[in-house]
Amino acid sequence: MKNKAKYLAYPYIVWMAIFIVIPLLLVLIYSLTAGNVNDPSSLSFSVESYTRVFDVMYLKVIWKSFKLAIISTVFCLVLGYPVALIISNVKAKYKSILLMFFLVPIWMNFLLRTYAWMAILSPNGFLNRVLSLLGLPTLSIMPGQTAVVLGMIYNFLPFMVLPIYTSLSKINRNVLEAAMDLGANNFITFLKVILPLTVPGIISGITMVFMPAVSTFVISQLLGGGKELLIGNLIEQQFTVQRDWHFGSALSIILMIMILISMAVMSKVDNDNGNGGAPTW
Amino acid sequence: MVKFLKRFYLCLIFIFLYAPILVLIVYSFNESKSRGHWGGFTLKWYGELFRDRDIIKALYYTFLVALLSSIISTIIGTFSAIGIHNMGLFGKNFALNINYLPVLNPDIVTGVALMTLFISVNMRLGFLTMLISHTVFNIPYVILSVLPKLKQMNKHMTEAALDLGATPAYALRKVVIPEIMPGVITGALIAFTLSIDDFVISFFNTGSGVTNLSILVYSMAKRGVKPSINALTTLMLITVVILLLLINKRTTKGDELLP
Repeated sequence: MKNKAKYLAYPYIVWMAIFIVIPLLLVLIYSLTAGNVNDPSSLSFSVESYTRVFDVMYLKVIWKSFKLAIISTVFCLVLGYPVALIISNVKAKYKSILLMFFLVPIWMNFLLRTYAWMAILSPNGFLNRVLSLLGLPTLSIMPGQTAVVLGMIYNFLPFMVLPIYTSLSKINRNVLEAAMDLGANNFITFLKVILPLTVPGIISGITMVFMPAVSTFVISQLLGGGKELLIGNLIEQQFTVQRDWHFGSALSIILMIMILISMAVMSKVDNDNGNGGAPTW
Repeated sequence: MVKFLKRFYLCLIFIFLYAPILVLIVYSFNESKSRGHWGGFTLKWYGELFRDRDIIKALYYTFLVALLSSIISTIIGTFSAIGIHNMGLFGKNFALNINYLPVLNPDIVTGVALMTLFISVNMRLGFLTMLISHTVFNIPYVILSVLPKLKQMNKHMTEAALDLGATPAYALRKVVIPEIMPGVITGALIAFTLSIDDFVISFFNTGSGVTNLSILVYSMAKRGVKPSINALTTLMLITVVILLLLINKRTTKGDELLP
């Protein structure tokens, strides 16, 4: 049985080769060539697409993608940790209903949620209507970086709360009692016991917020009004508007490498804390 | 005092989470077409919603692709997970690492990579390419939710079934599949949800007039949104809340049945 059952995976291995490995290889090949993509014989090796990235204009975009993603990740952590802590401490009968209502918004369509912020923040949107009705000066947050960060926090906050909540609910209550019995107050218990035990959850949370935030092009397009370009927008433009697959592929490879490096750093932090790697979901 | 602060903080977060949705719901009853102006109460956008061919078509494709791709990826994913589980250590790690790629890669990279493949082989972007791309990113999640169940399973059970005269196919159907069913269902649900909510991968891999809800909202948000989208938000919120309440009720009942 053992030997025969493994054949069940063979069709999928062929599938993976066609739909996972070959497409990524194509991106790698296009990133390292120049010429007409429709005519394979015209392609020749070139690192021009990578050297183009070192233009100040593009470096600024990459830097901004990182900056905004890090800011939103920090906000999600600071806002989300207390939420996870509070929900994990409520009575069991309210816990599931509270968690459920926390999750309802992420079951709504991602684009609808982002559009909702447009309806609130746009120059003649809901917020400014309310402000002007109250006789207060109107705000111009959208389009702008603040609106983009707000949109990222809104869309990705649950991805920070869930893994932290999971690792909080795994903590053995006796450990907390032991800390209290040994004379630690609430704050020390939190700092010395709860926080270290939730590091794997925090790491998963950071990865799950940072990854989509650094690679988004929707939030920056809609809430940044097309002026706040991120690396995601650059890639999207190369493939849909500019039709420059070589440069688009090079940017994709760079994005992949940046994310790999960030994840390696995070898992190093995780290991240094003496915890095994936690799955990212 | 601390209790009050906790409640207050949680309230603020919930306001932050629900405010945008509530604003859209309020606008869905707005007689005036402009967002900034309240023209009185109306239900006309709900009527328009069901007459709007673009929205109905986008909803149709969203559900059709989600349904088909989650069924296909659940079937392929379950059998592949059983296969991968029975592979040697080297083959298993190799297969799992490649399987992880669509999970770990940013959506945009998976999306453009598949698009370059489809265009390179002269496939016309449309329904089929969208279905394939959804299946490509759904299968890894199915495999990852089925594998833990296979690991938990007592491996002697299959052997016992075979010793008692079951054919491998019969043992698979009567022993293995029922054991891993919870993982299969979780996988199918994850696949369906991911597919229904997807924007980035669909955006790069569709064409010929085939859109889903996300793509429709994206293109509208750039040009101007029809108020019937607000009505759709209200209906979606109601559906989601009812579904989750039902699931919640069922699971709490299940908990009570446990000793």
